[in-house]
Amino acid sequence: MHFWYSLVDLLLPFDWMQYGFMKNALLGVLLVTPIFGLLGTMIVNNKMAFFSDSLGHSALTGIAIGVILGNAFPLLNIKPIWSMMVFSVLITIAILVVKEANTASTDTIIGVFSSSAVALGLVILTRNGGFNKYSGYLIGDFLSISPADLLLLGIVFVLVILLWVLIFNKLLLASMNPSLARSRGIKVKQYEYLFAVMMAVIVTISIQWVGILIISSLLVIPAASSRNIAKNMRQYHIYSVLIALVSGLSGLILSYFWGTATGATIVLITSGFFALTFGLKLRLG
Amino acid sequence: MKHPICVNSDCKICESSLCCTKINNFGVKRSGIEILKNVNLHIHCGDLTAVIGPNGAGKSTLLKAILGEISHTGELQFLDANNGTTKPSMGYVPQKLDLDSTSPTSVLDLFAAAYTNLPIWFTYPKKIRERVRESLALTHGEHLINKRLGELSGGELQRVLLALALDPVPHLLLLDEPVSGIDQKGLELFYQTVSTLRKNYDLSIILVSHDLNLVAEYANRVAFVNNRTIECCGTPQEVFTNEKVIQTFGLDWSNRFQRVEKDRVANALLV
Repeated sequence: MHFWYSLVDLLLPFDWMQYGFMKNALLGVLLVTPIFGLLGTMIVNNKMAFFSDSLGHSALTGIAIGVILGNAFPLLNIKPIWSMMVFSVLITIAILVVKEANTASTDTIIGVFSSSAVALGLVILTRNGGFNKYSGYLIGDFLSISPADLLLLGIVFVLVILLWVLIFNKLLLASMNPSLARSRGIKVKQYEYLFAVMMAVIVTISIQWVGILIISSLLVIPAASSRNIAKNMRQYHIYSVLIALVSGLSGLILSYFWGTATGATIVLITSGFFALTFGLKLRLG
Repeated sequence: MKHPICVNSDCKICESSLCCTKINNFGVKRSGIEILKNVNLHIHCGDLTAVIGPNGAGKSTLLKAILGEISHTGELQFLDANNGTTKPSMGYVPQKLDLDSTSPTSVLDLFAAAYTNLPIWFTYPKKIRERVRESLALTHGEHLINKRLGELSGGELQRVLLALALDPVPHLLLLDEPVSGIDQKGLELFYQTVSTLRKNYDLSIILVSHDLNLVAEYANRVAFVNNRTIECCGTPQEVFTNEKVIQTFGLDWSNRFQRVEKDRVANALLV
């Protein structure tokens, strides 16, 4: 961390960058936003925006379970992030399993799971009227990232990039036509699950900083903006990651000066990018 | 005129010393309900076997079972000319791709994703462009390489997918004909390409089709799927004059087929 701090002091010798929390947040943004840009491309391609939204919502129940476990076993010192992660992964798998049974449309199934998860979380957290304590999760707080969080984030960053290198081509084929992928020897289900679990993990980890309300926008909007102007997969990824990064950095700085929630500010800027690229698309045709 | 009842419900035509794909005694069950049973179908190299039948009879289930996408009983074997058996390699041309017309996936992206493990969002392998162009040339689609998949017409997309299915050349080619979205000219070009390739590569082809006129023109064997199994099998002539088939597709169609067929024979005699 010392290296990072002195590097930032050297490169960004501004008043607002002298604070430790800003340096942490900066590194956090640099790690999180490219991942969101990358994964977003596939989420938008597969029309999974609603799915990522429901993942965010299910985090509420994860927090609630963490609270219960924390009260029941105070010695174990369970952090909400782990219960959130386990719950998100479980609900992801549950959605995929129920979806495979083919009894209702995917939209309906996700809607049912998402609402049930939110309801369960609210029931537990509002017991004895103490919800205010947890409302921070709704909005998120980028400035609260600790060096320990950054370490975890760094590990996840490397893993996601590695997986994205290994599975992207197969995932793309499977998303376009599962039978076609199958005919080329790709085990479609395996990759589908891997991708969904990956999404669950990254959403859960970032939720405390970005906030439940807007996490899925951060996944969807950079890719959606990129889609307006990209002509092939490489451009699609490059634009998406760039838009996510630029929005992340400018959002962090602006939120410092405006005194606003960082996550929301970032999302607002990505929306600006969407409007811009949409305009470009209309003009260029 | 009396129509014969199909005698031959098994399509076992493999002889030795010819390469052949065998589907033996296929059955599919889903949640305890039988969707397919006792399906036997042999396809010689160079044969185009059309699978026809009413909606919901199990045509697409059969296709998915052959692809291994859904589990099934029975076995699938490829018998090569030296009588060695292996699992057949497969090429599949789907009805459609699940992507909206704005998707930034180019034709090159599709091929590169299928051919290589290098992530296409990062880089392409050096020689890939050449290989893709060669593949596309087989189906008259070289000029489509940089287009987005969403920009292609229905016929162009089918030819691109056919080119993809043929590299590497498979033992068995499965064609799932699109229900709509291809104009007549596009369809004819597609099937002419298929016919040429069939002869050049001695391909075994299974075609799931909804267009009986095309089947009559391009298939040399027809399997009629009905009531969860192959009810009738043989040459187009045999199958299209069959009682059950006529009941399903209507007498009008059958009569027209026979008139066209008669004309063709007459024309052939004249020449």
